Amino acid sequence: MRAYCAYVGILRSIADESLLADLRAALGREGASAHPLELELHARDAGVSNGRAGAVCWPRSGAEVAAAVRVACAHGRSFVPRGSGTGLAGGAVPVGEPLVIVTTRLNRVLDVDARARIAWVEPGVLNLDLSRSVAHLGLHYAPDPSSQQACTIGGNIATNAGGPHCLAQGVTATHVLAVQAVLPDGSVAMLGGPAPDSPGYDLRGCFVGSEGTMGIATRIAVRLTPNPPCIATLLLDFISVEDAAAAVSGIIAAGVVPAALEMMDAEITRAVEDFVGAGYPRDAAAVLLVELDGLPAGVAAQCDLVRQVGRSNGAREVRVAADEAERALLWKGRKSAFGAIARIAPDYYLHDAVVPRTRLVDVLRSIYAIAAEQELTMMNVFHAGDGNLHPLIVFDRRHHGVWERVREAGDAILDACIAAGGVLSGEHGIGLEKRDRMPLLFSPDDLDAQARLRDAFDPNGVANPAKVLPAGSRCGEMGSAPDGTWV
Amino acid sequence: MGVRKTETVVAPALTSGAARLQEAIRSSAGDVVKGIAGSGVAVVAVGGATQSDVGDPIVPPSTGVLEVHAPAGIVAHDVADMTVTVGAGTPCVEVGALLAAASQECVLDARSPEATVGGLLASGLSGFRRLRYGPLRDSVLEVRFVTGDGRLVQGGGPTVKNVSGYDLPRLLVGSLGTLGVIVQVTLRCRPVAESADWFASAAHPTDLRAALFAPSALLWDGLRTHVLLEGHPVDIAEQASSAGLSASGRAPVWPSGPHRGRASVPPGSLADLAERLDAINDCTWLAEVGVGTTHVACVSEAALAEARSAAHACGGWLLREAGAPGLPGFGGVLPGIAVMRRIKDAFDPAGILAPGRLPL
Repeated sequence: MRAYCAYVGILRSIADESLLADLRAALGREGASAHPLELELHARDAGVSNGRAGAVCWPRSGAEVAAAVRVACAHGRSFVPRGSGTGLAGGAVPVGEPLVIVTTRLNRVLDVDARARIAWVEPGVLNLDLSRSVAHLGLHYAPDPSSQQACTIGGNIATNAGGPHCLAQGVTATHVLAVQAVLPDGSVAMLGGPAPDSPGYDLRGCFVGSEGTMGIATRIAVRLTPNPPCIATLLLDFISVEDAAAAVSGIIAAGVVPAALEMMDAEITRAVEDFVGAGYPRDAAAVLLVELDGLPAGVAAQCDLVRQVGRSNGAREVRVAADEAERALLWKGRKSAFGAIARIAPDYYLHDAVVPRTRLVDVLRSIYAIAAEQELTMMNVFHAGDGNLHPLIVFDRRHHGVWERVREAGDAILDACIAAGGVLSGEHGIGLEKRDRMPLLFSPDDLDAQARLRDAFDPNGVANPAKVLPAGSRCGEMGSAPDGTWV
Repeated sequence: MGVRKTETVVAPALTSGAARLQEAIRSSAGDVVKGIAGSGVAVVAVGGATQSDVGDPIVPPSTGVLEVHAPAGIVAHDVADMTVTVGAGTPCVEVGALLAAASQECVLDARSPEATVGGLLASGLSGFRRLRYGPLRDSVLEVRFVTGDGRLVQGGGPTVKNVSGYDLPRLLVGSLGTLGVIVQVTLRCRPVAESADWFASAAHPTDLRAALFAPSALLWDGLRTHVLLEGHPVDIAEQASSAGLSASGRAPVWPSGPHRGRASVPPGSLADLAERLDAINDCTWLAEVGVGTTHVACVSEAALAEARSAAHACGGWLLREAGAPGLPGFGGVLPGIAVMRRIKDAFDPAGILAPGRLPL
């Protein structure tokens, strides 16, 4: 047996060397590596799963991306695309020793057409960098996930990323006009285009949110959004979470569609205040950060409405940011939420689920109860405007048995959200983390239909194969996550 | 259009009860499709029959065609969550009336009163307020449809934000009935704007677009740009005044004629397209500035063919919507056709759904 394993090991390393050689022939010596350190660095994303990479490569152009995919195919290896690795659901975690294709060297903004408000970018461009590069034109790129300082446009496309300003502006799919992609067979296709409708099926629409299972984007046309002439940012503080949630419902019911509507509970507000000092009230049970934008009269009227709704739901204080500096500070507070908790405990598990807005209060009660039952510290920050919750469990994994409790709590939270009429993910995607929970939402026929769509793009099952859909979603589908791909 | 009807099947008429509607959705369309499996009979879903001539004509098999009507009726209107779920056979105007009672709307803007929600989705025809509110597919949260092999599938989900799994709703929009019979749809709603007014201006449309913030529609006929502004009345008045708009009180007249099409070009190429279309005799057009969609109506088939050439020259294409029987529906090879064929085969292995409607 030992000799057999050694034999297989030798065959494996011959295959790996051959793979590496072919990659380097296509991408240059510095373009690929199988060094144990590189493999280790690329074995995980920002979530909780670990995987195992077979090799890593860094193409510098669309042509090199295509070449890398073709080399992987020629060697019978699967591949997984990777941007900055900020994903939380395990989408970029390598399962089955695939080739990791890192897109960060494709980091140029290629063209900006200010009149048409369209930019062509490479997938490795960082989200915030894109907005900064068009700021002088009075434009920005609307999807603004909390990780925007680090995450890439390509990664945003893979997860159909959101962010606080997606409430009024829409998620990534609304802002991507075209994707030039290397398909899993190494061919290149332009999906969509700057023209408003593409003939035939919406392949671009299928690709956005496909989590690297349909190919790799190498050039992307994005819509740029004009900066609104008028912005009002309000902070409301409440002595109960129920009041805050009722205010959320009230604001929407009043016919206001805020640019952003975020809620933070007491724990996270205190953590943020200790970390950033943004002027958040440390003794609030919950705070609402509301942003309104548009034209002056409309914004003023909405501001009044929000104030009224806030007060009638028990808001202690309604503060309107006096200037851009105060606005920036309030947002810094919100966007530092996940960084702030690092001061509290070394590990965290950030969840992502959506419930109908109207069920927010019930669900919050349930998840606080779940955390209490498992004796875990939990805080909540979320995009209250669209019911997208981010329960954050904070812990120290060195404590005996805590990880099991964290996982059980996570499962129970998802169950509670689905039972309340919600879905599995609002922003982070299914990835590896929630793959096996898809049957909570979808019937076997539903999953089969999704598998059929995916197989149409990837008939050979080589593009990030172990993600999104559980094993057996389609007849003849093989593979489940090998042991060891969880912490 | 040459479709030989063998039979028309209508899902049970529903007078009340969302539960009965749901049961009908579960049982009727699926049973119908499964029941004819293997017989070679084609299935064509019919809504208000207002877009029947769009694209390529159905190629009926010798075994005949079964027309299916999806169930109609409101399943649920969640006022606070701003979503509405309806049978796909529900006329858009009925959905509009229901939502209006709660000061909400879904940005469908269907052109005909007979248009159904399912039909609108299948035709992929976005409304004229796309400039501000986005294309039709951005409003669709969930679809339930019956595949060519008789399975009832749900894609998407009931919440306004959702990235769980693959985006089947977007795939179905614009699929012209070739991937499934849509039976139920959940749509995203928005509050109705406080005020809405139409204006007109002779200024260049691109300059107008730069001068206005978030107009709902900018429709240009070559001579004038018709502007729809929605929002707070004071803001509307201020915008209109600073951009030099004159109140017109009405929407523009839509181009009409026996031979009609919808051109789709990059929005930056509209000026170029306009010049080319103006050079064609007996061709009227209305362009959606900032979007790139241009509605074309011609007196002769030859003129529509020329309009298609113009669209191609501007880096776009033209969909034949009515008339011009000698003109192919799409006028070119579908981009990514290999993937599209695999999708079609996957959802309709026996090729019974709207055969011929797409040039696959």
